[in-house]
Amino acid sequence: MAAHLVSTTINGDAVEFACPADESLLSALRNRLGLSGAKEGCGTGDCGACSVTLDGRLVCSCLVLGVEANGRKITTIEGMAENGVLHPLQENFIEYAALQCGICTPGFLIAAKVLLERNPNPTETEIRYALAGNLCRCTGYDKIVRAVQASARELRQIEKRKGRKKKGKKS
Amino acid sequence: MGNDPSYTNQKFKVIGSRVKRPDGIDKVTGRAKYGADHNAPGQLVGLFLRSPHAHARIKKISTARAEKLSGVKAIITCDDLPDLTNGDTEARDILENCMARGRALYDGHAIAAVAAIDEKTAKKALQLIKVTYEALPHVTDVDDALKPDAPVLHDYIYTTGVEPKPKTPSNLCNVSEFGHGDIEAGFAEADVIVEKSYKTEQVHQGYIEPHACVASVSPDGTGELWVTTQGHFSFRSVCANLLGMDVAKLKVTASEIGGGFGGKTHVWTEPVALALSRKANRPVKVVMTREEVFRASGPASSTSIDVKIGAKNDGTITAAFAALRYQGGAFPGIWAMLGAMTSFACYNLANVKALGYDVVVNRPKVAAYRAPSAPMAAFAVESTMDLLAKKLRMKPLDFRIKNAAKEGTRASYGPVYGPIGIGPTLEAVKKHPHMRARLKKNQGRGMACGFWFNFGGQTCTDLNIATDGSVTLTVGTIDVGGSRASLSLIAAEELGIPYEQVRAHIGDTGSLGHNDMTDGSRGTFSSGMATIFAARQAVEVMRARAATMWDIPVEDVVWESGQAKATGKKHRKLKALSLADIAAASPNTGGPIAGHNESVPDNAGVSFASHICDVEVDPETGATRVIRYTVIQDAGKAIHPTYVEGQFQGGAAQGIGWALNEEYIYGDDGRLQNPGFLDYRIPVCSDLPFIDTQILEIPNPHHPYGVRGVGETSIVPPLAAIGNALSNAMGVRMDHVPMSPPRILKALAQLDG
Ligand code: FES
Ligand code: FES
Repeated sequence: MAAHLVSTTINGDAVEFACPADESLLSALRNRLGLSGAKEGCGTGDCGACSVTLDGRLVCSCLVLGVEANGRKITTIEGMAENGVLHPLQENFIEYAALQCGICTPGFLIAAKVLLERNPNPTETEIRYALAGNLCRCTGYDKIVRAVQASARELRQIEKRKGRKKKGKKS
Repeated sequence: MGNDPSYTNQKFKVIGSRVKRPDGIDKVTGRAKYGADHNAPGQLVGLFLRSPHAHARIKKISTARAEKLSGVKAIITCDDLPDLTNGDTEARDILENCMARGRALYDGHAIAAVAAIDEKTAKKALQLIKVTYEALPHVTDVDDALKPDAPVLHDYIYTTGVEPKPKTPSNLCNVSEFGHGDIEAGFAEADVIVEKSYKTEQVHQGYIEPHACVASVSPDGTGELWVTTQGHFSFRSVCANLLGMDVAKLKVTASEIGGGFGGKTHVWTEPVALALSRKANRPVKVVMTREEVFRASGPASSTSIDVKIGAKNDGTITAAFAALRYQGGAFPGIWAMLGAMTSFACYNLANVKALGYDVVVNRPKVAAYRAPSAPMAAFAVESTMDLLAKKLRMKPLDFRIKNAAKEGTRASYGPVYGPIGIGPTLEAVKKHPHMRARLKKNQGRGMACGFWFNFGGQTCTDLNIATDGSVTLTVGTIDVGGSRASLSLIAAEELGIPYEQVRAHIGDTGSLGHNDMTDGSRGTFSSGMATIFAARQAVEVMRARAATMWDIPVEDVVWESGQAKATGKKHRKLKALSLADIAAASPNTGGPIAGHNESVPDNAGVSFASHICDVEVDPETGATRVIRYTVIQDAGKAIHPTYVEGQFQGGAAQGIGWALNEEYIYGDDGRLQNPGFLDYRIPVCSDLPFIDTQILEIPNPHHPYGVRGVGETSIVPPLAAIGNALSNAMGVRMDHVPMSPPRILKALAQLDG
């Protein structure tokens, strides 16, 4: 099968790669682009370890074809910290020990970030269902949920402060 | 209780604080390198051809067409792996499990392997390999395997541990017996006796990271292996032995590990990957698919267990008996033996006997899974304990308290206990608010106890102090969940320096002496012990260096709070020297400062837990929800309490999955029907509540800080705790794990009928 040229944006950078039509996005990220932060736990869409966003939507990259990335925007775990500053979710995952082995962590972080962008104040149940597509075998999820709750609180405060600043400027 | 004040009153500076782990940033940014994240120049892709039969004779393997395919660089069958095991039957079993030798013993058994330039070519090559099988009758159930007409897997297995020695081979490998006293007399004394049989199905550790390695063998016979493993030193010995290499010429580097729970203590593809590399003369990367992980790595035993316990009307147990049948997959194991040893370990029993029957069946070779074999035995024993309490009209908790083992109790598996935590965990259950919370309709509460031995094992650790006063700690045990943080805390505590000044690494096999597997909850226990002694050795060196710097006798130098101080009036004017001062001067006082320790720290300290669980059953669907869960466990001394809690919660969650959902389902054809996370369902976030934890600290007298292994005991009680809760919710006893919706509906229907 001939390879296709794919032009895409990954973590804000324009990227080009060539891949056969039947190759998964996960495989392209890991094996062609050196972005091995997304993990393959199953290859069948059941574990969420390969989570990335495609135009802001949470996807299992093992179920997306590499060629589908053409002309779209992808973010991976490698793009989560900005300019060396960890996202509050990343900070809190360490702080709350939401990782033990850490293999599931990139997927959880991506999924949790998408959740908090849509729902800044989720209930425990909402968090649990939003993360139900990600498997963790080490933690029993307890500390993951707590880390997401703490991050939600923090992010709301950051937003509030931003809001106040804006208001302050206007008056 | 043996709460030795000399330990509990120990004042620590940093031990017990909740610091951030050193590998945290790499793991939240995607930088950490796991098994599949490493690549070598010119690497090939290795894939396996696996048996579609549960049991078959392999008449012929023809690889000719595959070999001719362009891009195929090596094909391996058992012919490329000559038997060099020299009468070592355990090694021979490993060899045959890694690659079938004339017969396929289970669905998924490796038949051949290919190394090719890419995955596509390797897959094509697998299709071109022709295998002629002659299917043989198979058996996958542990009880069926013991029937007289069962197909016998190995003609060389004659049951050991029985008199007289059997004259014919069978699937029963070994019978082991533990206990003391006279159970016949004990049962004769009993006012009430309960006898019941149980079954538990096979489960998998379910680590999210599949097995992965990159093997590279040079023409000069040296080799390197990058691998996700719980024990790179053991992998090195096993692989070198199977391949006829010198142990020292194989360097094994452990990747970050994406979960193991015992399943990464065994080699599966690694020796074959090395053989492929040797044949192809190029590095070979092998990554298992999830399906391969289920079919062909090492799950836990399925079991069938009979329990009989008798007690007097006042609640004193007079006798206890268990017969435990565990299948070890296609090769002999010690799983029933471990089950028999742990079964009655929580109780103080005058008359006790446990018989373990280790059985082979046509399933993958069983590996350890967190407190291996103990959860099934606990399910059977703790369910029977509840039944007996009910007959005695006692609260199950009080019945357990009355019979709990204590310091001085002779354990059912032999030794006499020192200070132990079973009594305190039960008392903590009694006091816990969870026990008084109201239950609603269709809800029930249960509790259960669990025990695990914990291991020490061979350990070798290095501690090096740089001239700027920072400290490198190199250990040979794998970090499965934060041990680098705990070990750095220990080094900081001993040296009297801040935690941030210590950096812990996992050394490869070229940098340290042999370290046993990270199993038996030994990582923080034994490497911790070795770290303490290595640090103390470095302190001795620093005292000597300070003495040189001051030009005074070393006897006049003491080490206090990270500083060397000169004692005695005549040295009054000498200002204390910090670790950093001494380190800075080290190039001129004798060179680098280091401490080492090589040891076998035994007595990891037995550990006990009691769990409380509330469930709610939906009588329409048979689905069960765990609505509240509490873990109470003895940790000896919690080095890093957050990580200890994490171990408690993780083990409980795995136990909950095992209790309610997880099971290997085999068809009549002996093939595994659910080798994927969709059909083998492990708990997801929305299945579970928060898991409350309570850490008790009953110090281990054999550790300078009182530490006990903490990683495993937490998976032992959940099966029984949930079984007991369900039985209380439904009014009918569940005796088959998993207690999945179909089994619950069946039990409810029988209740109605
Ligand atoms: S690897 Fe994509 S969902 Fe598991
Ligand atoms: S931390 Fe190991 S799988 Fe989640």
